[in-house]
Amino acid sequence: MTTRFVGSRVSRKEDPALVTGAGRYVDDHVPSGTLHAAFTRSPFAHARVRSIDTSAARSMPGVRAVFTAADLADLGVSGRLPLLVPNPAILHPITQEPLVSEEVGFVGEAVAMVVADDRYLAEDAADAIRVEYEELPAVSDLRLSAGDGEGAGPAHADRPDNVAARIRVGYGDTDAAFADAAHTVRQTFTVHRGTAHPMEGRAVLAEFDRMSGRVVVRSATQTPHLVKRSLVETLGMDEDSVRVIAPADVGGGFGPKLIVYPEEIMAAAASRHLEVPVKWIEDRREHFMTTTHERDQYYEVEAAFAEDGALLGIRGTMLHDTGAYLPWGIISPYISSTTLPGPYVVPSYKLAVDVMFTNTTPTSPVRGAGRPQAVFVMERLLDEAADLIGMDRADIRMRNLITADQMPYSVGLTFRDGSPVVYDSGDYPATLRAALDKADYDTFPERQRAAMAEGRSIGIGFACYVEGTGLGPFEGATVQIQKTGDIVVTTGAAPQGQSHQTTLAQICADQLGVEPERITVVTGDTDRFPHGIGTLASRIGVNAGNSVHMAATDVRGRVLRLAGDLLEVSPDDLELSGGRVHVKGDETTGYAFGELARMAVGVPGFALKAGETPGLDATAYFLPTQATYAHGAHVAEVEVDVETGRVTILRYIIAHDCGNVINPTVVDGQIQGGLAHGIGNALYERMQYDAVAQPITTHFGDYLLPLSTDVPVAEIVHLESPTPLNPLGVKGAGEGGTIPAAATVVSAVEDALRSHGAPRFTSHPLSPFDVLTALGTFDGAAA
Amino acid sequence: MSEETHAIRLRVNGEDHEVTVPVRLTLADLLRTRLSLTGTHLGCEHGVCGACTVLVDGASARSCLILAVQADGTEVTTVEGLAEPDGTMSPIQRAFMEHHALQCGYCTPGFLTSITEFLRENPDPTRQEATEAVSGNICRCTGYSGIVDATLAAAAEMRGEGAGA
Repeated sequence: MTTRFVGSRVSRKEDPALVTGAGRYVDDHVPSGTLHAAFTRSPFAHARVRSIDTSAARSMPGVRAVFTAADLADLGVSGRLPLLVPNPAILHPITQEPLVSEEVGFVGEAVAMVVADDRYLAEDAADAIRVEYEELPAVSDLRLSAGDGEGAGPAHADRPDNVAARIRVGYGDTDAAFADAAHTVRQTFTVHRGTAHPMEGRAVLAEFDRMSGRVVVRSATQTPHLVKRSLVETLGMDEDSVRVIAPADVGGGFGPKLIVYPEEIMAAAASRHLEVPVKWIEDRREHFMTTTHERDQYYEVEAAFAEDGALLGIRGTMLHDTGAYLPWGIISPYISSTTLPGPYVVPSYKLAVDVMFTNTTPTSPVRGAGRPQAVFVMERLLDEAADLIGMDRADIRMRNLITADQMPYSVGLTFRDGSPVVYDSGDYPATLRAALDKADYDTFPERQRAAMAEGRSIGIGFACYVEGTGLGPFEGATVQIQKTGDIVVTTGAAPQGQSHQTTLAQICADQLGVEPERITVVTGDTDRFPHGIGTLASRIGVNAGNSVHMAATDVRGRVLRLAGDLLEVSPDDLELSGGRVHVKGDETTGYAFGELARMAVGVPGFALKAGETPGLDATAYFLPTQATYAHGAHVAEVEVDVETGRVTILRYIIAHDCGNVINPTVVDGQIQGGLAHGIGNALYERMQYDAVAQPITTHFGDYLLPLSTDVPVAEIVHLESPTPLNPLGVKGAGEGGTIPAAATVVSAVEDALRSHGAPRFTSHPLSPFDVLTALGTFDGAAA
Repeated sequence: MSEETHAIRLRVNGEDHEVTVPVRLTLADLLRTRLSLTGTHLGCEHGVCGACTVLVDGASARSCLILAVQADGTEVTTVEGLAEPDGTMSPIQRAFMEHHALQCGYCTPGFLTSITEFLRENPDPTRQEATEAVSGNICRCTGYSGIVDATLAAAAEMRGEGAGA
């Protein structure tokens, strides 16, 4: 059947409420009797907690309770937060405690909790709690943690070395590759990420109901089912007694909200203990200190090339900063290590990754999830090789890109889900060509010369990427035609702006012949849909989308079968339109969906047909066998002001392939939105710590988020290489705007400054100070 | 409670209120917690992100940096007050929907109030002017292009020109 809604620019069902201020985020829910929590947080990065005096706090106005780790047993809280993504490569699987009992791991870690009538009073009391700390040496720098130079004290007192995990990946014979190489590029890269900063911070509202013994937790989370699992474990409750809801409105996620945090555990524990609703709303300062980041990686790598620029092999080492704990295992560095070969034929590869602890905020995947770093390294190596060999940068890429007739292409590595990395579909050379053509790359040298004659330094840069999307194991969906005729799609997915309520309705609408506006989509509620993983890693379109498709197809079949039986015609003679099933071409016949749904539950005393189940609903779990790989190429034309070091982006082109597209407007929005994060990575966002691991960028005056005047409007070229791996042929689209952006912009800046004798750029973000330092015109002590 | 309080009067979205508030209560918290107008959002509480922007006597202001007592005697417009009493949305609200200018919606109220003021002052902006006008509000989802498109489209509609610009 033809798709009417999938592929079209259906308006978002989410919007009318949001533009009128009628959204319902966690903090907007105010059950009567709600108390408010605040936390006393460690001012030291590494310290032992010697004593905590809560006596002053307890007697302050409006204070209802004060808790420290000593109270956890009475609160029925045991253990640390669960390790959500274990891996045998992890040597020290340490996660956070709900409240620090003995040893603080990073500035901001919570040591006490106050519950009071309002947040103002709670913070007053939290400030009055006297904690005696014994400061311990803190390690703040990734390379110092690994023992370069003087080395630093251990991040965790009981671990003499700071190695959290060791990852070793590779294939082929890199020794032979380098022995045979005509050209070798060797380089070190310092790749700095920052943090996601969704505009809504974390938020949790826990409501324990004494009569039912249940706790209902609303959390601004990407993973309600993982929050539930963590609550069940740490609070010792049974599964039926915990309900977690990610509200339909959550103000952005981008990765850090997929982690489960101590405050979620403590709010639920406090609510259960006090038998009142307890709410905690993170403020931005807390967010800087305690919501996960994705920070530094340090690479020492070399690449071997044949005479004609063909890659022979890549090998090297990488250090990854996980911060003080491992909230999401080692997924980011693992993804970096398996992404590095990218869309290129790399005959041999070997990377040794050491994941290091530092006494800083823990890190976990942020939009791009380790891929931006790997793409930066690969693309910078190719640029340098092109220069060394005397080839055009586009030519060296074309020489090495995997071609369409090599699909499916087995890289030789294992993906994070345990399956082999096999790129399923895509024409990588065509995509790069499309981007370069759109960017008028061939005529750029003339533009550059003309600009130079005017005293302007402009440059062009580009980068290619491949992105594994649609990760398993599943995200299921139920499609239900209710007895009222209402159509409801229920899924475990939890949106933070990704338009699930619209896109999933479109998929269902195509099967049931009903406008998407008439389909309700219910998300992120562990009571309404019991099994779920989370909205992360560009996986919901693939997983939930295909589950909705399968369930809706099943319901469509039931409707046709039941109506066919009742009308005594073949289902092939029937069609669905306008909320009814009828004989093709004659809408006066047949039944409204609601009528049919009432008939489908049977009549008391009468038998259902053998093998049938009651109702017009179906649940489906699409189970991906492996990731499906989206890809793309970015091109940027930039101008660098050599007096001020400021980088202006003149044009930004994105060629993007995410397979079949469910809603082009939503995809365009994801690409442009992802680009904003990429520009931040490239030029603005640096989360900094001092030598004793104090965070020194803790507000938006110090940590710069890109503004409207900083983010170019991407010129997007769409390509579609449907995947054979799922019925809808879709791939994920959430991170492609981010992944190659830093590589692209830095390549362009380097190109712009080539004639000024600037050295290679091997790190980002590039602030004006960094540019001027590279030009030798700034005696850099600041930034 | 030993906190110093004041009685204040203000008009919010056309409705008069008399409330007694602690001195340190911010305008944002007054709106959200005392008047149940939860459309105004808190993104940073240090005046940079703009999510909390409301109009105070017609001028855009960061409600996170204004004490409620400072709003005594003023007229405040929040996102909930941008539509007509009969529910008809303002041109900028409709334009946001038509131009995919929002995804998670959290920053949106601050943009809508800021742009409402901007278009009153500059009814025929260039794209560059519109881009600069919204550079005081941070969005982490959209990458801004839809927001600027919506601003230009609303301006055109308000000039009676319909689509385009």
